[in-house]
Amino acid sequence: MKTLEEIHEIRENKRRELDLRVNTKADTREKHILVCHGTGCTSSKSPEILENFRRILKEKNIENVRVIKTGCFGLCAKGPIVIIRPEDTFYAMVTPEDCEEIIQTHIVEGKRVERLLCKDIDGKIVNSLDELNFYKKQKRIALKNCGVINPEDIDEYIAFDGYKALERVLDVMSPEEVIEVIKKSGLRGRGGAGFPTGKKWELTRASEGKQKYVVCNADEGDPGAFMDRSILEGDPHAVLEAMTIAGYSIGANKGYIYVRAEYPIAVKRLDIAIKQARDYGLLGKNIFNSGFDFDIEIRLGAGAFVCGEETALLESIEGKRGQPRVKPPYPAQAGLWGKPTLINNVETYANIAQIILKGADWYSSIGTEKSKGTKVFALGGNVNNIGLVEVPMGTTLREIVYDIGGGIPNGRKFKAAQTGGPSGGCIPKEHLDTPIDYESLKEIGSMMGSGGLIVMDDTKCMVSLAKFYLEFTVSESCGKCTPCRIGTKRMLEILEKLCNGEGEEIDIYRLEALAKNIQKASICGLGQSAPNPVLSTLNYFREEFMEHAIDKACRTAECKALAKIGIDEEKCKGCGLCQKHCPVNAIKGEGREKRVIDQDLCIKCGTCIATCPFHAIN
Amino acid sequence: MEENMVTLTIDGETVKAKKGTTILQAAKQAGIDIPTLCFLKDINEVGDCRMCIVEVEGRRGFATSCIQTVEEGMVVHTHTPNVLEARRTVLDLIISNHAKDCLTCTRSGNCELQTLATKFNVLHVEYPGEMTKHKVDDKSPALVRDFNKCILCRRCVATCKNVQGIGAIDCINRGFESCISTVGDHSLNDVNCTFCGQCIEACPTGALHEKESIKEVWARLKDPNTYVVAQTAPSIRVALGEEFGMDIGTNVEGKMITALKRLGFDKVFDTNTGADFTIMEEANEFVERFKNNDELPMMTSCCPGWVRYIEENYPELLSHLSSCKSPHQMFGALIKSYYAKKENIDPSKIYVVSIMPCVAKKFEAIRPEMQNEGLYDVDGVITTRELSRMIKQANIEFTKLEDSKFDDPMGEATGAGAIFGTTGGVMEAALRTAQDILTGEDLEKIDFEAVRGGKGIKKATVNIAGKEIKVVAASGLKNARKILEEIKSGKADYQFVEIMACPGGCIMGGGQPIKSAKIRSEVDVRKLRANSLYTIDEKSTIRKSHENPVLKKIYKDYLGNPGGELAHKLLHTHYEKREKYNFET
Repeated sequence: MKTLEEIHEIRENKRRELDLRVNTKADTREKHILVCHGTGCTSSKSPEILENFRRILKEKNIENVRVIKTGCFGLCAKGPIVIIRPEDTFYAMVTPEDCEEIIQTHIVEGKRVERLLCKDIDGKIVNSLDELNFYKKQKRIALKNCGVINPEDIDEYIAFDGYKALERVLDVMSPEEVIEVIKKSGLRGRGGAGFPTGKKWELTRASEGKQKYVVCNADEGDPGAFMDRSILEGDPHAVLEAMTIAGYSIGANKGYIYVRAEYPIAVKRLDIAIKQARDYGLLGKNIFNSGFDFDIEIRLGAGAFVCGEETALLESIEGKRGQPRVKPPYPAQAGLWGKPTLINNVETYANIAQIILKGADWYSSIGTEKSKGTKVFALGGNVNNIGLVEVPMGTTLREIVYDIGGGIPNGRKFKAAQTGGPSGGCIPKEHLDTPIDYESLKEIGSMMGSGGLIVMDDTKCMVSLAKFYLEFTVSESCGKCTPCRIGTKRMLEILEKLCNGEGEEIDIYRLEALAKNIQKASICGLGQSAPNPVLSTLNYFREEFMEHAIDKACRTAECKALAKIGIDEEKCKGCGLCQKHCPVNAIKGEGREKRVIDQDLCIKCGTCIATCPFHAIN
Repeated sequence: MEENMVTLTIDGETVKAKKGTTILQAAKQAGIDIPTLCFLKDINEVGDCRMCIVEVEGRRGFATSCIQTVEEGMVVHTHTPNVLEARRTVLDLIISNHAKDCLTCTRSGNCELQTLATKFNVLHVEYPGEMTKHKVDDKSPALVRDFNKCILCRRCVATCKNVQGIGAIDCINRGFESCISTVGDHSLNDVNCTFCGQCIEACPTGALHEKESIKEVWARLKDPNTYVVAQTAPSIRVALGEEFGMDIGTNVEGKMITALKRLGFDKVFDTNTGADFTIMEEANEFVERFKNNDELPMMTSCCPGWVRYIEENYPELLSHLSSCKSPHQMFGALIKSYYAKKENIDPSKIYVVSIMPCVAKKFEAIRPEMQNEGLYDVDGVITTRELSRMIKQANIEFTKLEDSKFDDPMGEATGAGAIFGTTGGVMEAALRTAQDILTGEDLEKIDFEAVRGGKGIKKATVNIAGKEIKVVAASGLKNARKILEEIKSGKADYQFVEIMACPGGCIMGGGQPIKSAKIRSEVDVRKLRANSLYTIDEKSTIRKSHENPVLKKIYKDYLGNPGGELAHKLLHTHYEKREKYNFET
């Protein structure tokens, strides 16, 4: 247990000690080597890198250099990432073998290891993180501490104003005042639907009942989404602090974090954070001597996407099969074990402490009229800078894809971006300048979702994309209600027909009608939004569906059954290389003759395309 | 009163409904029948199937009318084009993954899905595609599960879990692969199923049904060398008529006997007589135990689902169970001993068919201890539903039949035997006899109102010969568990406990005519059938088992004293601890 004074002392001392983390001109002789320990970098051996640094430093008897484990820096494409502070030198794609050189050259000799320095898309070497285009348009609120602090050290969190908001709330604010601030900030749920957070807190507070619960939804399951994971891995205390503030505001003494078991690092760091917070008396009885009690437990999800749906999540916490409940009643009225329950997702909580500290006006000055603050996106797909980005609401898709994401690799063209994962939709190039906020995305047939943003270039078949998302939904449907259980399967079957060249025009209409009825008749968000990827691709890329159905053709050749491989007569030099490599002898022609493909024999394996030195085969 | 009422509009009709009423119920009041599939009143109100969706003005998306409660000023539309299209899609989807072999389905004509398909004039399969495939589980002697016909409504799951407190079945797998199964996907035979058959009664389709035994019965009826005897349980006569379009609860005893004779049974006896024997034995056993304060409370043992339940779940309390066999087993034993001897028939040539409201009786009849001199007491058990099929197959116009009487000498029964078919009936019948034994008088107070009615647990204190006897009658296994837990924890102060596995007793057994969710939500089926049994009792000239002349004669001529040596050999049994799960892990 720490007294308030002791916490203040830690904050002051530690902040001074860690100034070099955020201040390149910090007055210190120390250096901190920050090694990213997010899931991505961890799987590319960052723990080994950390160990090597520590070992080498010890061997060389170097003092004043500390090696720190941090959360995600965001630019995952460049991982494993090592940053040396205070000078803010960014080493990219570091291997354990590079450690010796970094220590020798950088630390001992005071020079930089040029070959490891991070390069921007244009090939320019960047001297520091902030110079990267990737970071220029970002604004980090939820990710503020990610990559800055050691997530396994509560003192580092406290140093950067950690638990200060909680202190203020318990000291001078009434629950109503806290709710008022959150309402005024304009913060909306970051889990997807964008329900006003303050309103949700208010409703839960207003519900009658002595026992209430605060739940954190950390069951991030969209393919390609890892925003919440990175927050939990990089700044777990931010979530604990916010949940405690929420508990005080709604009148709850107990919180649950429902996190997927597939996030072992996040689970471990949460576990450590909870223990540390309890040790310091920041969780438990009589927090800050205020008379307010609050504690948090972790519940592990067993890998069902549907458990990210709030009522299915509650069922799962209760130990039941993860299936949604029919709403109303909403969790705010009857949630966990029938008691009023507040459920917010990780990213939503990650904004709370800063709203309290910096004020509702500060927060609401960021973003658009109806969507305030920032949003974290997991940027992936055919884009140069794959990683985690946090931008103010209202940033356009073009800015994210081109300025932050560095554009499309291999000189290909942008075709569409997919937001909201299996619940969202596709945004075609004509909407690249749409400001990203809840309303605008909905208007163009997509949704914010939890923040997955997948960029696709012109090699991507949209029918096959719709099929991919349906495959996901079919395997993740819980099976409770008819439209989702059987309907998504039937939609998938129609899409498979189309991709296999067995579809007809009428299938497109049947698909569309079925999709709309599934949207309307399903019980929960999963079923109601499962048709979105199909409807939005149908909306923007209908001609591709028609080509599949009527012409039996796939313009990207991604649908193998529909692909036709042909040899461009003009480009073919008759070298015969393709013929030599064709595994089924489908290529005809002799000597220097121009070669022809026998379509009946061709299995569309693509070997000829790859072997042709003249790019004559398509 | 007005405070508790809300006014709303449904399809343009103004409806006044109590607060807390669902839209579905309120619509019913206005004569609007919203289609449902997964809905089963008070048991499964979950909104899974999506058939009952309606539009509520000002609300996003559809409302689930079986769950959504009415609100003041609510404007509901149950058949807008939007609703109809979505509802039709839901139906089409269900049909797309349902084995559409109606011609070869036991529930054809009484299938809720078929009814809806007819209503919507479904003429083709709109969404043909892959269908989930399941092996038919027919390992158990009582039930067959064919989940190729399951529509995942989960009415069976809710019944098993919430009504019976067993939870033998639940949903496994997910999405399209979801199906209802047991722990580890084992046969129902090898898990904690009690064979009560309530799931069959809950199933809207043919996914669950009894294991049919009529083929063997037909074969025996045809065989001139077999003497085929039918005995009919008390509750058959008040339900069989329903299978022929007659009102629920109609007493068709006379027609039933005529039909059985036309089917070719050599003799038709009344299990009610068997019930009188059970009372004789059980009341005497009780009086003995009561006097000696031995293993009290004593619990009834007529219900095979209940017996299997206690054997599996509370083996430590088995000593409380009466050692009496159930009525049809006692009766079978007497037919093959006393009657065979009297009529000079080789007992091995006798084939006893019990017509029962129950599928667990099929299991009970083949328990190895239910034998005497190497012969099973009962050779075949068929349910009310199976009997109705036999009657139909024999081209008998049931409703036009004349009445007949049960054959002598095993056809005379008392009103006490009749009420065995309802919860509280065994208790009441036993008390009538026990009080006469204890007082040595012929008492006139024989109606024990406190143990009548549909409540799941009915407690009463009766005063007999200056002594207070605390009794309880429970039906439904979830209620049974409550009583057992009371006994186990020493909190129970009862002396006599009656348990029936099916809620309401045998009249609501797993072998009885299946009533659709719609009928179950509109009519109290239990009450109608029970009333009919109490009417039989009331009209009986003899209403106490021990006054049955047939019984008196058989004890005098053959059995000796109740509880005596021969009575014990023929009419009593024993129980054993049974493993809940019988499979290798």
